[in-house]
Amino acid sequence: MSTVTIDKAGPTRQVKYGSMSRDRAWALRWSYFFLTLFAIFSLVPPIYMLITSLKSSAEISAATNPWWVFHPTLENYTGLLTSNQFLRFFWNSAWVSIIVVTITMLISVPAAFALSRMKFWGSATLATGVFLTYLIPDSLLFIPLFKMFAVIGDWTGIQLVNRWYVLLFIYPTLTVPFCTWIMIGYFASIPKELDEAAIIDGASWFQTLTRIFIPVALPGLIAATIFAFTVSWAQFLYPLVFTTSTDQLVLPVGIITTLIKGDVFNWGQIMTGALLGAAPPLIIYAFLMDYYIAGLTAGATKG
Amino acid sequence: MADVTLRKVVKRYDDVEAVRGIDLDIADHEFVVLVGPSGCGKSTTLRMIAGLEDISDGDIMIGGDVVNDVPPKDRDIAMVFQNYALYPHMTVAENMSFGLRLKHYPKAEIKARVTEAARMLDITDLIDRKPKQLSGGQRQRVAMGRAIVRNPKVFLFDEPLSNLDAKLRVQMRIEIKKVHQKVRTTTVYVTHDQVEAMTLADRVVVMNHGRIEQIGTPHELYHNPATRFVASFIGSPAMNFVPCRIEDVGGKLHARLTDRLAFPLPPSRATRYQAVPRTDKLLLGIRPEHVAEASPHAEPGIEPFDAMLDVTEPMGMETLVYFTLEGTQICGRVNPNAGAQDGGPLRMAVDLNNMHLLNEVTGAVL
Amino acid sequence: MADVAFQQGAVSGAARTAKRSSLRRALKRKSSAAFLMTLPLILLIGVLVIYPALYSLHLATLNKSMAKFVGFGNFEFLFKRETFWLVVKQSCIFAISAVIFKALIGFIVAHFVHNVPANKQRKWRGMLLVPWVIPPAMSTLAWLWLFDPSYSAFNYTLSFFGIGPIPWTGDAMWARFSVILVNVWYGAPFFMIMYLAALKSVPEQLYEAAAIDGANWWQRIWYVTLPMMRNIIAITTLFSLIVTFANFDIVRILTAGGPLDHTHIFATWAFRVGIEGSDIPLGASVSLFMVPILAVAAIFILRDVSKRGNEA
Repeated sequence: MSTVTIDKAGPTRQVKYGSMSRDRAWALRWSYFFLTLFAIFSLVPPIYMLITSLKSSAEISAATNPWWVFHPTLENYTGLLTSNQFLRFFWNSAWVSIIVVTITMLISVPAAFALSRMKFWGSATLATGVFLTYLIPDSLLFIPLFKMFAVIGDWTGIQLVNRWYVLLFIYPTLTVPFCTWIMIGYFASIPKELDEAAIIDGASWFQTLTRIFIPVALPGLIAATIFAFTVSWAQFLYPLVFTTSTDQLVLPVGIITTLIKGDVFNWGQIMTGALLGAAPPLIIYAFLMDYYIAGLTAGATKG
Repeated sequence: MADVTLRKVVKRYDDVEAVRGIDLDIADHEFVVLVGPSGCGKSTTLRMIAGLEDISDGDIMIGGDVVNDVPPKDRDIAMVFQNYALYPHMTVAENMSFGLRLKHYPKAEIKARVTEAARMLDITDLIDRKPKQLSGGQRQRVAMGRAIVRNPKVFLFDEPLSNLDAKLRVQMRIEIKKVHQKVRTTTVYVTHDQVEAMTLADRVVVMNHGRIEQIGTPHELYHNPATRFVASFIGSPAMNFVPCRIEDVGGKLHARLTDRLAFPLPPSRATRYQAVPRTDKLLLGIRPEHVAEASPHAEPGIEPFDAMLDVTEPMGMETLVYFTLEGTQICGRVNPNAGAQDGGPLRMAVDLNNMHLLNEVTGAVL
Repeated sequence: MADVAFQQGAVSGAARTAKRSSLRRALKRKSSAAFLMTLPLILLIGVLVIYPALYSLHLATLNKSMAKFVGFGNFEFLFKRETFWLVVKQSCIFAISAVIFKALIGFIVAHFVHNVPANKQRKWRGMLLVPWVIPPAMSTLAWLWLFDPSYSAFNYTLSFFGIGPIPWTGDAMWARFSVILVNVWYGAPFFMIMYLAALKSVPEQLYEAAAIDGANWWQRIWYVTLPMMRNIIAITTLFSLIVTFANFDIVRILTAGGPLDHTHIFATWAFRVGIEGSDIPLGASVSLFMVPILAVAAIFILRDVSKRGNEA
């Protein structure tokens, strides 16, 4: 690829073509070599999770070759999946994520529709504001939010701190701005004539949204849903701040606070828990990779 | 079925006046084409008739009722868009029936209407396909089908053929004409393509800068343009305009083009232009087909002259020749066997029986 | 397909007749409907984002028991503490070096993926994106286990090469290296996927034209690829800078700020001080120090994103 020589002589040209394809082949070989290295780098932690999860505590503490399982066992899995506490974490996580996804979609889809199609006073500013909100990280807001909910508890007697459902109020601050933003992009890419055709066909605004926009922008909707779910599922800081009782914990915080008991690390169970905690996003990713990637790249583009 | 009337319709966007007072009467069953360059306000006018844009001033009437305040869905119109605007997630049948389904028509009637429209447009086989699986021409048919099944008072077409390739465009043009002959629905059709306008329309409305330049049958527009804009916009290759003056030479009226070249006007034209002030700066307008090779025997009103050709374009059935007269490029159409050559001389003749005389300043055709 | 004649000064405001039509009322209704549809969004942003942001400004001016207004007292206190300056330094080192390595690795890997035949790209992309998919709290646990002082699988492997044992999280410098490594591992795939999308959007003809003009491989990257991708590189880098700077999970789980506060960054230290140390005003003050850097990055992103929007 790198050397292109213009040479009129026939035979030399032949040689040059040969070297070009040889260059290409080498470039390809090198690409595969480095890709393999990077793939190993990427996959070592999850694979190591899997390896450790299949080991018994005895094998782990025996310090045999850490990369090999000599006596595979499912005891870590059975231990966790029969533990009420672990199942509780799992269900807390599942409920929080599912409800947050629903709330997110109910807020962002109509808002994105309004912002992309029904211009009104301040709509452009609001769209920019949505994008800026999406850039505000959780680590900036957790302290004031914590204090806010504590104060609300003191004033009204409604105790929200240390309840898993407080997360239903907080997670949408992370999911809604992004989902609104990418839905604005998807809706904006629908040609204007499509809603005009719908209006002439006699559809109301609501019918235009439900019968035209949502079906047409379905890939975007799926991407946004996946995003909202993975963010809710993976969120660590907010539940760490807001929930402390073991029956209120979600999965990531639960594994870290309960399986790590003082200095005793039960690594077999921790890795099993981590793997189970990583499973839902990984499964979604495995089946809906294209939507996942679409959502990922849509964030940096406007429309 | 209904007539459409526009009375002093104005459209303003903030500081821009896109449509500046349009008066237009469209009779029942009529096929009217709005034509003009991009930005002339033709699409805006159509969208105001559709109700997609509110009107800033004036009145629009459909079937005698003022519809200024009526939302699009209650105007009983159907529209075909430039990019077809088919709902991508619906099949052809669903696309066509969407409007009827929203109005809760009985299932049997919807099916009957869709079947009938599909048969008329020859898309019966495609009825279960999605738009993505259709070619451009097929999509265009579906878009028309969606309009037909509604059985509206008025069809509105917004540049429906501009996304098709040249060959398909001709075919669909004929198709649209056929459909109109069958359903006889009042039609307003917007295009920037004057050939489409001429071939489809009962009457053509030429628009420019938000105003109507001329309304007339294709024949009228071609042979009796009212303004320089219409004269140059209609017809391809475009009409030639040569600066000239009117002179009296020996009691006969002449059009003087250059110091050396002046043509005596034929009697019919001479009487018509008698009153034109001799000092006015004028333009001689002449269509390329009236600038041809000279024939051996003289004919009244056909004046020969010598030209030095710049470029020739053989088209097969004719050859287009270009030459320069006092800095103005002139296009003529000659017989392929006339011996026209790039850079060569040719004895040409201009048919002044078909000339137009325009005021260079106002652009009015005299 | 708005068909607008652009004629300046054609209309004077006075000529406008105020015509009240029901179509306009309908438009009014439309805009109130639109407002109602965005109301939940506005409320959410107002109550749970903007209000807490302002509230944290207020909190930062109170004393520990939140009974007394101390003005800039908390900031003065922070400026006098060595740990604070350590945190500032570490946050900057952490964010900048992690972003640089993520960007570089992402760029290189994206090129390699782009190099292989199109039908195999999906598979590689799928594997390489896995780190981004796993919740960081979960994957950091795996890293913690890989770095374990007594059972480290890395040290086990390295011992065959006569290297080691490395105190991955025990020594200040190594601990800093480790948190950056984990962050790079987690974030590089995001860059890779963004770059890959950008690479695919560069028209092939440009490369062909450059090749005909005699550009070699390196020149093609420098004169074609990079300029075409400049905007997406800028947006991705700035975005990653914000996320990395505000990172909490990785440092918290891997080192919890240790050893001896030598890996604390703003977020983890704010948590330590504000939540664990129950000094909410001081914690709020610490996290507020992220604002200037985040704001600058956000302004640049906004500029680039709207530029992209205009190009499209």
